[in-house]
Amino acid sequence: MQAFLAWIEARIPMMRVANMHAIQYPAPRNMNFWYVFGFLATIVLVNQIVTGIWLTMNFNPTSEGAFASVEYIMREIDYGWIIRYMHSTGASAFFIVVYMHMFRGMIYGSYQKPRELLWIFGMLIYLALMAEAFMGYVLPWGQMSYWGAQVIVSLFSAIPVIGPDLVQWIQGDYVISGATLNRFFALHVIALPLVIVILVFLHIIALHEVGSNNPDGVAIKHKKGSLSEDEKTKFEIHEYYTSKYDIADDIVPFFPHIVLKDLVAFCIFLAAFTYIMFFAPEMGGKFLEHPNFEIANPLKTPEHIFPVWYFTPFYAILKAVPDKLFGVIAMFGAIIFLFLLPWFDRGTVKSWRYRSGLHKLNLIVFAIVFIFLGYLGGTPQENWKITASQILTVMYFGFFILLFIYSKNETTKPVPARIPK
Amino acid sequence: MSNVSVDAKESALSDDKPQDNPRRRFLTVATSVVGGVGVVGAAVPFVASWNPSAKAKAAGADVEVDISAIEPGQLIRVMWRSKPVWIVRRTPEILAELATHEDKLRDPASENEQQPAFAKNQWRSMKEEYLILVGICTHLGCSPQHMKDGAFEEYVEGVPDGFFCPCHGSKFDMAGRVFENVPAPLNLVVPPYQFVDDTTVIIGSEAEVA
Repeated sequence: MQAFLAWIEARIPMMRVANMHAIQYPAPRNMNFWYVFGFLATIVLVNQIVTGIWLTMNFNPTSEGAFASVEYIMREIDYGWIIRYMHSTGASAFFIVVYMHMFRGMIYGSYQKPRELLWIFGMLIYLALMAEAFMGYVLPWGQMSYWGAQVIVSLFSAIPVIGPDLVQWIQGDYVISGATLNRFFALHVIALPLVIVILVFLHIIALHEVGSNNPDGVAIKHKKGSLSEDEKTKFEIHEYYTSKYDIADDIVPFFPHIVLKDLVAFCIFLAAFTYIMFFAPEMGGKFLEHPNFEIANPLKTPEHIFPVWYFTPFYAILKAVPDKLFGVIAMFGAIIFLFLLPWFDRGTVKSWRYRSGLHKLNLIVFAIVFIFLGYLGGTPQENWKITASQILTVMYFGFFILLFIYSKNETTKPVPARIPK
Repeated sequence: MSNVSVDAKESALSDDKPQDNPRRRFLTVATSVVGGVGVVGAAVPFVASWNPSAKAKAAGADVEVDISAIEPGQLIRVMWRSKPVWIVRRTPEILAELATHEDKLRDPASENEQQPAFAKNQWRSMKEEYLILVGICTHLGCSPQHMKDGAFEEYVEGVPDGFFCPCHGSKFDMAGRVFENVPAPLNLVVPPYQFVDDTTVIIGSEAEVA
């Protein structure tokens, strides 16, 4: 067996990669529950890919056949309903874990120098994921698939001059049609998953290059020669890291220590996931909207059109602005501002544990604003909601502006040199 | 071997450099430019294949509609390019309404190019009795609902008939003109059409101007 492994290792660096990125990868020992969501997102990605492959085996990507083929999967394929609900619940689960993962990055300053590019890759994954989820939602060709696609694709018509032609080009027809469905299918099952997998790979490579942040925002890598032997970790760490830095006695190897912790989270996640999958796969019309159980009808608009819950905060921003073009700009601006977070924050202290009360308040208000915008974007239009979403839109952007202003000269607590025991 | 390459080799060697940099730069630029042109050329089929196909274009051909059976006040829907097109036979009362609320409209005189030239008038139609519109909201593409005989009063006071979009609450009058303070930026689109005779209309093309 040893000889066999050595034979392989001489031809492809299997153990070297396993050691460098897992068995001898230094992870801060104070990582808390906020740090499980990256792992969970990976698990959900695998779930989406596997169940997605199985769904394509029976899905018919035509405007005539799509709706019926989804019903066929649900009713006539053995266990087809489980595979489809794993996929549809997985889509919502993906966004839940990704939003938690992003908020973790925000509270512990994981986007700050030197992790800006890591954050950018993460945001690109988020963007690709939104495109992937949107196109996936069109595929069952229900009423909400159709009209949701209509609304989203129409956003591009707001672009001056080229807008209307661009919309026709995206649709491949004068309206959303079978041609649109078919190309969204191609993008959903091949193009975007490839993009997402590549981006995830880059995200992890970038993470392992700069190292994981932690709840105290304290570096675990120190300048070569700055730590005494006593202060250095006793674990065996890959020389890729130890040759460049002194690794403090603040770490554990990623495998098995962090992986085991992640697996505990995975068990809890799995319990919640399967509960929803078996007992509430529609989640009261939030994960699968009720009009989508009716076949797409281009002549009849459903009474209320909402995107799925994970888009509703941005949808509320779109609706808050009375002008079409500026509404679209505000919506995309909301995402661009998130991209630029590492540069809005001019502070050097990472974790909110050592930052000002104002910063903590700002973060919490931002989270509440985001959730409340999601509520406003996902419920029927009423007059008070227009005003409310306008105020909240201002508050959304206000988070970044405020951060930019106070982070320059923020009163922070002293950050310990080492992770506190 | 040509003389040029021998010269280049010699000059490179005389500089103690293993390569001829100006020559290499020229070749890099030339290859990049030619390669770039090739990439653009190769991208054409991939980009163009997203355009509506010949079949989709054929399906988008003109539609002939017999309008003899429409009752006064009635709206019928026909499909043109898979879009709902409304044909409303407006009564004299409805036509009289149009002038009463022009102060509440965003574009009462149809200044924006949302209609063929023949429909840039107060009725937004060729024949004032028949209103022909693409029934798709100019906000985000939903299909508004026809509210008639006073049902529209709930949305705009003093205007008994109109169109209301259930998606985001945009409102239009019986000439498809958009009201102020709604998300839709523009009046509803009037498609190109022509009357063959008094009871037949062709949607999709305009009469040739002689």
